[in-house]
Amino acid sequence: MLKDIRAFFDEKNIIEVETPLLSHASTTDPHLDSLQSKFRDAPCFLNTSPEYAMKRLLASWGEPIFQICKAFRDDELGVNHNPEFTLLEWYRPGYDMTQLMAELAELVSILCSVGGSAGVSKKLDFEMLSYQQAFEDYVGINPHLTTVSECHQAALAHGIEIPRGMGVGDDDLNDWMDWLLTQLVLPQFQENSFTFLYDYPAAQCSLAKIATNEQQFLVAKRFELFFGEIELANGFHELTDAQEQLQRFKLENQARQRDGKKCGTIDTRLIAALDYGLPECSGVAMGLDRLLMALTETKHIERVISFSWQNA
Amino acid sequence: MATYSTNQFKNGLKIILDNDPCSITENNVVKPGKGQAFNKVKVRNLRTGRVLERTFKSTESVEAADVDEMNVEYLYSDGENWHFMEPSSFEQYAADATAVGDAVKWIKGQEVCVMMLWDGAPLSITPPNFVELSVAQTDPGLKGDTAQGATKPATLETGTEVKVPLFINEGDILKIDTRTGEYVSRA
Repeated sequence: MLKDIRAFFDEKNIIEVETPLLSHASTTDPHLDSLQSKFRDAPCFLNTSPEYAMKRLLASWGEPIFQICKAFRDDELGVNHNPEFTLLEWYRPGYDMTQLMAELAELVSILCSVGGSAGVSKKLDFEMLSYQQAFEDYVGINPHLTTVSECHQAALAHGIEIPRGMGVGDDDLNDWMDWLLTQLVLPQFQENSFTFLYDYPAAQCSLAKIATNEQQFLVAKRFELFFGEIELANGFHELTDAQEQLQRFKLENQARQRDGKKCGTIDTRLIAALDYGLPECSGVAMGLDRLLMALTETKHIERVISFSWQNA
Repeated sequence: MATYSTNQFKNGLKIILDNDPCSITENNVVKPGKGQAFNKVKVRNLRTGRVLERTFKSTESVEAADVDEMNVEYLYSDGENWHFMEPSSFEQYAADATAVGDAVKWIKGQEVCVMMLWDGAPLSITPPNFVELSVAQTDPGLKGDTAQGATKPATLETGTEVKVPLFINEGDILKIDTRTGEYVSRA
């Protein structure tokens, strides 16, 4: 699979790069936690993805780049999670989200036809579904207009469990949407088949640009690729505005504090690079262990990693 | 009050749910791509034995259950409570019918049982895996009826009825497996 991926990018003249796994900065994402190490007693962090460093390269070169590297996330262990895993990440200057989704689909199709088991390669259509459409169809709410109390009502109406610890404040809306997504939307995705979910609510923008959709709602130009219910990849039409990015990092740190987590160390070098000028581009990161699970129809991530966490 | 955060969840951890002590038997993280993580856990209610599934928003914390296990010797029953003693401290504990549960079928005195305590009060009693009890009443086996596997009912000294081979007589001491409630052999 690694050989086929490298051949795919080589043919398109996309340069393979390497960026540090160990960094002075950590992530501010409220739902990710960096693993910490130290160098001469100064804290440093294992990357949760190579995104920040790759964007610094992009700002400097302006050329399409890809990387296959390890990423590390604290407290992620389960059927689909291993604390150390392999990411494929690439950036395309000049591409919008739709073009990058098409390229991702092209890569996945090739990998399926080369290495996929019979059950997967037979039905290779990629379902395209906007977040709004998905929520209207399967939850019955408009995700761009909804409120915590409406989400609560929807959960009760569909008879799904309400997890302990769900808040009722406006800040908790994303948690509710994530819960409804896992319980009501993802189970509707066709098994052994690929689905793109795109145009996320603006509040879940992360590092994506914000734009308006056809109905004039603000949406994040962000997409995820799912195989059945399992997320394989997450991509953005990348935010290039340094001040906006700094502001989002600060907001994310506030969200971390609300959850009782330590603030992340903001990557000021990334902000400086955005300030210098990141070309208009789209980028995507795909978990290769999970892709391998999909290609081999494996149900536990342990089965596709030579020495998984229990054994590492 | 001690608490556990969801990132401390692991099998065997004792927590309080719905005011009852529970033991985690399965823990899995559910995460919709980049978003909020949830812990889906299966727990066994240690009081009722029932298994239930619960979901927690990750980072949520849960009250820890102060659950202990110790070996105790069964002393006697006063009809309402069953009395046990911890043999090194000589401390005595009174367990009610709910806590004793099925153990009552197999204990007559002096057996070493495992007692689970919650906040210092008896929660459940597990009898030894094998006990030796005498037969209080059983009909005589018919002579010559030696068909393999044929059994008859026998009432033990604790009042419990078990199926025994036809050659067993009143007064015999029997070895019983308390996990299955089955006759093993003559002691």
